[in-house]
Amino acid sequence: MAEIMKMSILRYRPETDEKPVWQSYDVPYNHETSILDALGYIKDELDPTLSYRWSCRMAICGSCGMMVNGQPKLGCKAFLRDYAGGELKLEALANFPIERDLVVDMSDFIAKLESIKPYIITQEPRSLDDGCTTQTPKQMEQYKQFSMCINCGLCYAACPQYGLDNKFTGPAALALIHRYNNDTRDQGKAERMKFINEEAGVWGCTFVGNCSVVCPKGVDPAAAIQLGKVESAKDYVIQMFKPGE
Amino acid sequence: MSKRKPYTREMKADWWRKDSFFTMYIIREGSSLVIALYCFMLIAGLFSLTQGQSSFETWLGFISHPITIVFQVLTLVWTLYHSYTWFQLAPKAANLWMGEKRVPDSWIVNAMYAALAGCSALGLIILFL
Repeated sequence: MAEIMKMSILRYRPETDEKPVWQSYDVPYNHETSILDALGYIKDELDPTLSYRWSCRMAICGSCGMMVNGQPKLGCKAFLRDYAGGELKLEALANFPIERDLVVDMSDFIAKLESIKPYIITQEPRSLDDGCTTQTPKQMEQYKQFSMCINCGLCYAACPQYGLDNKFTGPAALALIHRYNNDTRDQGKAERMKFINEEAGVWGCTFVGNCSVVCPKGVDPAAAIQLGKVESAKDYVIQMFKPGE
Repeated sequence: MSKRKPYTREMKADWWRKDSFFTMYIIREGSSLVIALYCFMLIAGLFSLTQGQSSFETWLGFISHPITIVFQVLTLVWTLYHSYTWFQLAPKAANLWMGEKRVPDSWIVNAMYAALAGCSALGLIILFL
């Protein structure tokens, strides 16, 4: 027999609502019901006007990020059983403008991800005849975990610095810089250092550390940013000995 | 015509009270306030030293006052808490390797405690010798 969970969702319909309002639904659930499943139930059985984003249902597309009882979570990776006996409060991802209901406007985040040159840059073009680029396990370990990011935006919702001032480049984009700068196949570090060095770069981080706690893929953006501070400080000293540049 | 009207939620001044993680962060960073005051107190001591014996004795009287002692104990406890949190976070700011293996986080944390113990012991030796 299914249990019933009271789910409150912060609704926002731009054509009628001046500001977001809470609306409650009673949702049956069992051991396997994820929050995304529960939203599907509401959409199909109770209220077809509810809007939310989703795609893969398996924590790889990064679409269904939302605030679950105040914590950034992926709807597909959080389960009603873990909130049994209480109430569930769902809200659009914090620190982003609400587009509609649980859908946020992520364009600022996407623009930041694109701006930091998140691709391998080589000085000399390589052809297929050059063969594979080999890496040792140690070389791969330098960047591998940072390449696991799925761009879900949970770390931005967890970052008060981004919430207070969205000029801050933010955890995922800074971790992505670290990911490419530490890949032995890449030669674009000099081009990316300016994104690290600027005020909105690594120095905008005060090491709250919540980004690494909420990441659903085990990425540690806080570590990437602190290591970025070390790189930025070294870069600053090196620049002092390069007059005229 | 577009019906878009994105709603931006305001971040109020008490944002850090809504989540215990943020509260602990503010407590950690709040130590800088008492440490700054404590530093001013020490600088005042140095300054009074340049002003002659009676001035320095006035300062000694000031730092021996029960309220000042309570403040110093508070500064010590708060600073130790900050040190603890920093030591826990220190491995994130270090990418140390021994051959093909990453240095375990616990080694880095323990090295920080060893350095703290070493510096404290040195301070005590200088004070009492």
